[in-house]
Amino acid sequence: MTSFPYITLLTVLPVAGALVLLALGERNKNRVRWSALAFSFAALVLTLFLWFHFDSASGALQFQELHPWIPALGVDYRVAIDGLGLLMLLLTSIVVPIAICASWHIEERVPLYFSLVLLLQACLYGTFTVLNFFHWFIFWELSLIPAFFLIRLWGGPRRASASTQFLVYTMVGSIAMLLAFLALFLATKKFDLIDLAAMAQSGQLMPAVVAKLAWHRFTPQHLALLLFAGAFLGFAVKVPLFPFHTWLPSAYSEAPSGATVLLTGAMSKMGLYAFLRILLPIFGAQMQLVLTPLLWLAVATVVLSAYTALAQKDLKRIFAYSSINHLGYCLLAIFAVVKFTGADAALTAEKYAAMNGVLLQMFNHTLTAATLFWFVALLEKRSGGLRGLDDFGGLRKVAPVFTGLMGIALFSTLGLPGLNGFIGEFLIFKGMFSLTTWAASLSVLGLLATTIFILGILQRVFSGPLNPRWSAMPDLTAGERLALAPAIGLMFVLGLYPQLILGVVDSTVIQMVQHLQF
Amino acid sequence: MTWIVQNLWLVPVLPMLAAAICALMGYRHRIAAASLAIGSMAISFLLALCAFAHVLGSHAGNGVQTVNVPWFQVGGEWLKLGWMLDPLTSLMLLMVTFVGLLIFIYSVGYMAHDDNFTRFFCFLALFAGAMLGVVIANSLLLLFMCWEVVGLTSYLLIGFWYAKPEAAAAAKKAFVVTKIGDLGFLLGMVWLYEKTGTLLFYDGGAGCLEHSALAHLVAQATILGLATSTAIALLIFCGAAGKSGQVPLHVWLPDAMEGPTPVSALIHAATMVAAGVFLIARIYPLMSVTASGSPAPSVALEVVAWVGATTAVFGALIAVAQFDIKRILAYSTISQLGYMMMGLGVGGVAVGIFHLITHAFFKSLLFLGAGSVIHGCDGEQDIRRMGGLSKSMPITFAAYTAGMLALCGFPLFSGFWSKDDILHAAHSWSISQAPFYMGAFGALLTAFYMTRQLYYVFAGTSRLAELGRDSTHLSDPHGAAHHAPVHPHESPAVMTVPLVILAAFAVLLGFIGTPAWPWFQSFIDGQPASFSFAAFYGFGILPVMLSSALLVFLGLALGWALYGRRPIESAASSDPLAELQPQAFSLLGRAFVVDALYGATLVRLNTVCSRISDWLDRWVWNGAVQAVSYFVLALAWLDNFFDAAVVNSGFDEGCESVSRGGQALSLLQGGQVQSYMRIIGGALIVLVLFLLWGTKI
Repeated sequence: MTSFPYITLLTVLPVAGALVLLALGERNKNRVRWSALAFSFAALVLTLFLWFHFDSASGALQFQELHPWIPALGVDYRVAIDGLGLLMLLLTSIVVPIAICASWHIEERVPLYFSLVLLLQACLYGTFTVLNFFHWFIFWELSLIPAFFLIRLWGGPRRASASTQFLVYTMVGSIAMLLAFLALFLATKKFDLIDLAAMAQSGQLMPAVVAKLAWHRFTPQHLALLLFAGAFLGFAVKVPLFPFHTWLPSAYSEAPSGATVLLTGAMSKMGLYAFLRILLPIFGAQMQLVLTPLLWLAVATVVLSAYTALAQKDLKRIFAYSSINHLGYCLLAIFAVVKFTGADAALTAEKYAAMNGVLLQMFNHTLTAATLFWFVALLEKRSGGLRGLDDFGGLRKVAPVFTGLMGIALFSTLGLPGLNGFIGEFLIFKGMFSLTTWAASLSVLGLLATTIFILGILQRVFSGPLNPRWSAMPDLTAGERLALAPAIGLMFVLGLYPQLILGVVDSTVIQMVQHLQF
Repeated sequence: MTWIVQNLWLVPVLPMLAAAICALMGYRHRIAAASLAIGSMAISFLLALCAFAHVLGSHAGNGVQTVNVPWFQVGGEWLKLGWMLDPLTSLMLLMVTFVGLLIFIYSVGYMAHDDNFTRFFCFLALFAGAMLGVVIANSLLLLFMCWEVVGLTSYLLIGFWYAKPEAAAAAKKAFVVTKIGDLGFLLGMVWLYEKTGTLLFYDGGAGCLEHSALAHLVAQATILGLATSTAIALLIFCGAAGKSGQVPLHVWLPDAMEGPTPVSALIHAATMVAAGVFLIARIYPLMSVTASGSPAPSVALEVVAWVGATTAVFGALIAVAQFDIKRILAYSTISQLGYMMMGLGVGGVAVGIFHLITHAFFKSLLFLGAGSVIHGCDGEQDIRRMGGLSKSMPITFAAYTAGMLALCGFPLFSGFWSKDDILHAAHSWSISQAPFYMGAFGALLTAFYMTRQLYYVFAGTSRLAELGRDSTHLSDPHGAAHHAPVHPHESPAVMTVPLVILAAFAVLLGFIGTPAWPWFQSFIDGQPASFSFAAFYGFGILPVMLSSALLVFLGLALGWALYGRRPIESAASSDPLAELQPQAFSLLGRAFVVDALYGATLVRLNTVCSRISDWLDRWVWNGAVQAVSYFVLALAWLDNFFDAAVVNSGFDEGCESVSRGGQALSLLQGGQVQSYMRIIGGALIVLVLFLLWGTKI
């Protein structure tokens, strides 16, 4: 079962890169930047190698490495990927070069900055590949540290409170989750996520928990729900789900834009990944029990965050709320899928659609949101840090290429067909509509509000008479155009040919849905 | 399966490719961009001709030919997209490519001085490609995708002169309002997908518009006692109503006139706004399906008919009191789109589409004529300041008059035959006669407002030199540069030749669908056409025809009586109709204050919602977190206090006593040898005394 340790290699590569960058020192900043980019490209190449050698006809775990680690605690070194993990690896590998490019103008403590970025990349790779809770939790928590320092050291004026809130808030969630999994471990002596999922599907998990942890004040059902709540809180904060999202807008807007690219592009997917990999297989039955309130929360996430974005004046805050909105659709679809767990063939097709939509939407959101924050970074570089909705006006006159390319990214956020955002949303709505009709119908309000604020950006920043203050604003340079071209090109490619992603994840989705039997 | 059916995808893809190449070209390659766009359109037109010939040549009633290709995989199943060729598609292809080609050519002249010339042709070509995609799509999903891209290009072209705040606002408004309709469309589409398992229209018996799927849909009931088919059809109709400017989603279309005039002609008159009508025609089997044996028309079609009739009258009423030459035409377009919808609702595909085709020609003619007028008057759009143009712009005048008569439905002009078809169908509608009377009233109004416009623009003497020209009234900025006195002039041949060609069609096109030779209707229905004058004596045809002709004459006469009898003297003099009915005129002039109403209700509601969400976010959600953190801080403070005051003080107390003891003891350890000796000596004395005392006893 153990193949050549590609995944370990992939995880170690950025760590090595981080050490090299620190060794290079402050003297030659450009050398540090280019080395960081080179390491991220090496990781991208390795990920693409995995992508092309992945057997997409099978939904099974591949490239597995399994070694005993701490036998006394039931901890193995177990890493492997299926379609979901592979997709996450790919999006991480794509988002890190974008983050590095968007951070090119950072001038202080350059080696430290880029090595933190690469360390974060390593933590993300770990989180997306490790299948043992003990080991997984280490990566999950470790990823907070580089992110915290990226915000704390290079952030905006209110970085201190933003970074602290970010760290403490997500940590509280994580502790709740840790307690839940320690309880599971006490009952089953297992940390292996796949084993726990198998126990949950065969209906052995909760009886085992109840037998071991029969505190007399809890009924078995309440005990199960309590454990679910602990794990749920950890992941819901990370995604985030209303009302656990308040750390996000300030963290996103205070972080340097390059780090925001990482936060929104990759770290926000950690929560969704955990929902799909851990919560759904292990706690699916408990999720089903409290489905209605969860659906309401997800609808609130979608609609309220879009409307809140409409009231914001800061481009980064707008995109932060837009990010919450887009991930809200994913959560909505995940909850909808749990609603019916029979073997009804018609509904199975809807679940396949919704789950495929979730995976596609995760990837698309990474691509689009990362690119948008990159554009904000480019705009800040030109405006000396200004990024208010009303600080500009008529930029299209002086920066037509900037406007055109950012316009493409904005329309992709809006879900315009032909660009990458559409098919994911279509599949989510297609699946959700029959599973939870009312939730689907209410959440189209989110689409409407998104349309309004996206067009509002185009109207107020780029159209109208040119604000004389920016009459000398330079358009995108040739280098910037070249760097942006792959991201924009990928938006078109995925919009026109989503099979590129769906073909790889479909078998995994089928397996995930079929395992939801309880 | 022939070559043309297999390769029909080329028709939309060629203009799209041209658009992509234009997008990558620099701003300087003006000629290359225009020739690419026009060339791609010309090839598409030739392909459309081949397709038309193919449909014409194949046996009548052969039905649709489709090609479906797999697109992506979901749950092991392939989702397919496809294209189709049937009579409806072939006619629409011909119309869109031909009118599009003429408007592309016209634009070369109209946009000649614009800095963003290459962008303009890029957007136009993208629009044409997407529109052709809507026409050939054999999948509701593909249709929806092209439909949205059409909406995007409409947005881009309305906002083409982006430096004008009005243009930017109008573009946004158009996109948002049509998006509201499209959300209904999206829900209808996913519902249809769920119920039928496919979004292909025709798929060898398994498509969603074919018998088995429809029978399944009509048998299921859903909320409010509607059949599922009706509910889905109405949701999709929301999208069509948004795109086709039906009441109450019409508000974006008049504002869309901020775009360059060729755009208004192509997108907001001839093709895009007709996409909604086309959509209803395309899904007509779904719209019209009823429980087997029920003779009444379906509920969905009934709704379509009523909405269409309302829109027809509504638009025509408002057009009476407008002063902007393009706004009059915009409201007229709304009204005519209402006629088309009504035609679909009461008559059928052929009735509605016949008017769509004739309208495309005469309305694009009118818009291009208006563009020629605006061009000749250096950007002036207010009809009160025009006048006397019949002398300085004779070709434009002649062409415009032809278009105007066709729009009014003057006997033998194309609009006469198609509008009469609709009125006749409305007359024999089984539900109600009201749409017929509404349509007839609309016809009267149409003749009236077009006569009014014609007299204002072309009759009398020029009023352009009067009054200082106010640059805020200039919509087309290419005239705004020079402020010299304006002398109206005829437009160059690149603009007038398309006008003349369109005028010929506006006059003659109706003859393909007269009651005596209903070739058009038979072609759409896939039957051979026969020629017989006797058809004029069919049930109700002649009376309807005569009464509609009378109404047209009455409208023309009314227009002449108010505006033609006494020439309009100056640009400042008030409108004769306003003198007769000032309040009604002002209400119509403000378009029944619908915009203000929406502004006060829906737009404000939206703003309030966003404020509330923001407030909740700031104070409630974040407030709760803050409260928790303050609670934790308070605990920490309490803990600190306890440490300092209780634990520490007790500890300190203990330490104090220990140290006091230590201090006392330390006195004994002075480190001075003489004091030690003193103590030792003293102790020795005490010891000696003690021992002595002990021996005594």
